[in-house]
Amino acid sequence: MTLTLHKPAPADTPPAAPAARRGPARSGSVVLRILTYCGLAALAVAVVYPLCWMALSGLKTNGEIFSDPWGLPAHPDWGTYADAWHQGVLGYLLNSALVTAASVLAVVLISAWAAYGLTRLAIPFSQPALLLVLGAMMLSPTVALVPLTQLLQALHIYDTYWALIVLYTAFKVPFTTFLVRAYLLGQPVEVEEAALIDGASRWQTFWRVVVPMARPILVSAALLQALFSWNEYAFALVFITDDRLKTLPVGLADMAGRLNSDWPMLFAGLTIAALPMIVIFLVAQRHFVRGLSEGFGK
Amino acid sequence: MQRRRFRHALYAAPALALIALFVYYPIVENIRLSLFKFSVFQPGMRYVGLENYRQALQDPVFWKALANNLCYAVTSVVFQVGAALVLAAILEAVIGQRLRGLLRTVYFIPAAVSMTVAGLLFQFLYQPDAGLINSALDTLGLGRFAHDWLGDPDTSVWGVINMSQWQSFGYTTMLLTVAVQRIPRELYEAATVDGAGRIRTFFAVTVPMVREMTTLLVILTVSGAFLVFNEVMVMTGGGPSNSSQTLGTWLYASAFTGDDMGYAAAIGTVMFAITFVAGAVQLLHSRRKAVAA
Repeated sequence: MTLTLHKPAPADTPPAAPAARRGPARSGSVVLRILTYCGLAALAVAVVYPLCWMALSGLKTNGEIFSDPWGLPAHPDWGTYADAWHQGVLGYLLNSALVTAASVLAVVLISAWAAYGLTRLAIPFSQPALLLVLGAMMLSPTVALVPLTQLLQALHIYDTYWALIVLYTAFKVPFTTFLVRAYLLGQPVEVEEAALIDGASRWQTFWRVVVPMARPILVSAALLQALFSWNEYAFALVFITDDRLKTLPVGLADMAGRLNSDWPMLFAGLTIAALPMIVIFLVAQRHFVRGLSEGFGK
Repeated sequence: MQRRRFRHALYAAPALALIALFVYYPIVENIRLSLFKFSVFQPGMRYVGLENYRQALQDPVFWKALANNLCYAVTSVVFQVGAALVLAAILEAVIGQRLRGLLRTVYFIPAAVSMTVAGLLFQFLYQPDAGLINSALDTLGLGRFAHDWLGDPDTSVWGVINMSQWQSFGYTTMLLTVAVQRIPRELYEAATVDGAGRIRTFFAVTVPMVREMTTLLVILTVSGAFLVFNEVMVMTGGGPSNSSQTLGTWLYASAFTGDDMGYAAAIGTVMFAITFVAGAVQLLHSRRKAVAA
């Protein structure tokens, strides 16, 4: 992640003059234009088709999938989705939801505190502290599976929800702090100072002024964290052995092993697992793009 | 005064404590552990110095894994940075605002799907008998190319890499579109006035103007490619006969299947060194930029 911390510029600003914006395209020939559209449409189909096929295959019978993989289900059987749900998908879903919610909350809170402390307050050793936080962005989780196993065992949180919550939080605090800090650096301090002069404490100022002001970046940080926690696999595979605690990515892979001949059930399970994040992303798209562009600086 | 400064430090304390304990300490401890031979089932650790690293140098699977990570890195840079930048430029230049947003969203959707879901789905697409890819080849009269993609040691790792491109290029396209949108319009107008064609304009204006974002993405993609784990585990488990093993999955196999914890730690240290260098290059690069600016 880049460490040049510019004042964030607004993203997705609507162009002042659409004609000027499209400038260079004007000269293109019509044929080239049509070809481009066709190419882009073909790409979109190639991207989305497998996912639609997955959802549809959940409604087919095993025989249909093998004899006519491209066809539509002759008699859509919603029962498969219900079966997949009861086969364990519900449990995995709840585990994932719990771990994701907890780590999103923790990462946003802890990173917002840290970013506030590191931008607005006089803290002893603030430069080394900042370096320590931002430098951790370069360290990646999977390389230390062996010592992490020992550490979690020593802390008695191996094979509990805490193992995942704590690790998902710790490994994303650096990046999230970076995002929030970059955002705060671009914001004026006058309102905070006014609040302090009016007698608000630092703590009150943080909650009543800074948090509402930083909402856009906090929302996108939360989305990124949700995406990460919901989909993380390596930690969930190594640090959780109890089947009842498994999260979706690992649970589904297990299920695929168990159901190696019942493809419709597996596809139904995969569709159920994929849907929440797709929906959340589609709903929160604008925030997401905006937050990313602000967080990444210029 | 001093008291207040220390009270302020409490804001940063939880972050620092978490990072120190769960990020920095394990990395350092990992380097120490890589100098020992030990097993989960037997007490005691035997100091062996650099023996684990020598074992890696002589381990054909280690080299295969490293080569696979390299293939992964090169392919990902070509598609997720190169092709994604061309796509972002096309989306910006040719397409109207509303359609552009829609396409960008569509291309991003796979990134919201977990690697496990995508991996299992592609496992079926690659299926030798009924998989969509082979049956599409049949329909197009290219049946002679159909084969067991993931089951063949020559193609297994490419099957995994291909899936990962499908999943990730929309994400980088989105980031690059954001970068392209920030290029001042005047530059494009000037290029048009100078009579530059579209391809000229792309190389003369777009590429240099988004360099900061592409540098960042190259480094993220390269480190990501050296940490690849999930998709390999789900799709091939590193097989057949270790043909699709990567450093991450070989670490896992050495630690938790082979019970050679010290060796696994040594592989981890190699991965750490590679990604650390990638990160350091990035840091220095952006420092220089910041000073120049």
